[in-house]
Amino acid sequence: MNAIDVSLAEVAAALVLVAVAIAISLRERAGVEGDIGVAAVRAFVQLTAVGYVIKLIFDEDRLVFVFALIAVMVLIATFTARRRAAKVPGAFAPLLAGIALAAASTLAAVVALGVFDPEARYLVPVGGMVIGNSMTAAAVALNRLGDEVSSSGREIEATLSLGATAAQAMRPILRRSLRSGMIPLIDQTKTTGIIAFPGIMVGMLLAGAQPVDAVRLQLILLYTLLGAVSVSVLVSMALAYRNFFTPAHQLHEPAAATPAS
Amino acid sequence: MLFDLERVTTSRGGVAVLRELSMSIPAGASCVAGPSGSGKSTLLRLLNRLADPESGRVLYRGDDVRERDPLELRREVCLVPQLPALQAATVAENVAYGARLAGGACDVARCLGLAGLDAGFGERAADRLSVGEQQRVMLARALALEPSVLLLDEPTSALDEAARDAVERTLLDLRERLGISYVLVTHDLAQARRLADSVLPLAGGRVAAGAPA
Repeated sequence: MNAIDVSLAEVAAALVLVAVAIAISLRERAGVEGDIGVAAVRAFVQLTAVGYVIKLIFDEDRLVFVFALIAVMVLIATFTARRRAAKVPGAFAPLLAGIALAAASTLAAVVALGVFDPEARYLVPVGGMVIGNSMTAAAVALNRLGDEVSSSGREIEATLSLGATAAQAMRPILRRSLRSGMIPLIDQTKTTGIIAFPGIMVGMLLAGAQPVDAVRLQLILLYTLLGAVSVSVLVSMALAYRNFFTPAHQLHEPAAATPAS
Repeated sequence: MLFDLERVTTSRGGVAVLRELSMSIPAGASCVAGPSGSGKSTLLRLLNRLADPESGRVLYRGDDVRERDPLELRREVCLVPQLPALQAATVAENVAYGARLAGGACDVARCLGLAGLDAGFGERAADRLSVGEQQRVMLARALALEPSVLLLDEPTSALDEAARDAVERTLLDLRERLGISYVLVTHDLAQARRLADSVLPLAGGRVAAGAPA
């Protein structure tokens, strides 16, 4: 593969399109021009910083640095996902376990299956994608879980009243939350190449790779992400739903919405 | 006594609902009657450990309910909530659900019959029934567990007069045929007198003045 050089002037030229977005926001009074500006600056600063960190890690090529970077990414992903799961009590630990396990198991699997060599240039970008997708899926699933429990306290208690365990009473809600977390990636995988070219493939084509190689690598990553996302959602939900209940299978307040009549 | 409450205090959302409540509920047909907000539903949820009090004790046949396995207790002391909350399935699947959780089977037609519905309801979708019919399915679902005690939370509050009378007849009939005990909470004192041997008035989280403790 031929490496390509991208100059800062070329990056600056792309800012013209950011200016278009700001102009549209101003003209239509959408009120997001400030956000667009902040987003553009943050993207520049964050990616530049990450670029230097990755360069350092690639130059060193020591697995201990790779693991340290992945651990930091898992932590940041957990904090980010927790904000989306505000209605789930004690969501941090379940999210941390889900995202970390998804990252560890999928990276271990792709290395063990001989798909990638255990080198920084493979593990860092693949780890980043796995963690990012696991974070989004777990956050969506737990967000749905929190909403469902707060709106379905009556149904949950009606099932508990029949001697159901918390897990049995939650089964339909867990099923729906699991679907919510996984469906975006499943749909994306179904329509890939038809509606949109996925990022890795675009990147490889821009960098001069053969289309067949770009497609095969993209497929590997999509399959890896499906596995990672399912692990992340399943583990974080299986741990998080328990926090709504006491050990005696009682729904905590305020989710139990029975009026005090 | 079926249930004894000893100095029970509990709150919801930081507001005290029951205050140092002591009350004995005999076997047979009992009714806790009181206005909205008097703590009736909260009291009922303490009897089968859907919630625990902040202080005080709840005894079932002389034993602290906290010493019982909560799942077993809920199958023996089964609560029928104020509003129907059935699963998106057929009536028969809903009726058999609780019994199946406990690893047993039930005679769906018999349970429907006890709740005043004919066996033909079994194949109908639960969410296509009227509220009154759904409430009867909730009752049939509880009866499928063969409980010793039914806890009934305003079982006719969502029903019109005709449906209310039918449910009342069903409850009186159940008591006669199965010898089952029930504790019913209602804001309707006339209903309490129609359905219960003993009426326990509740007001502001306490036994109402002038009532036997």
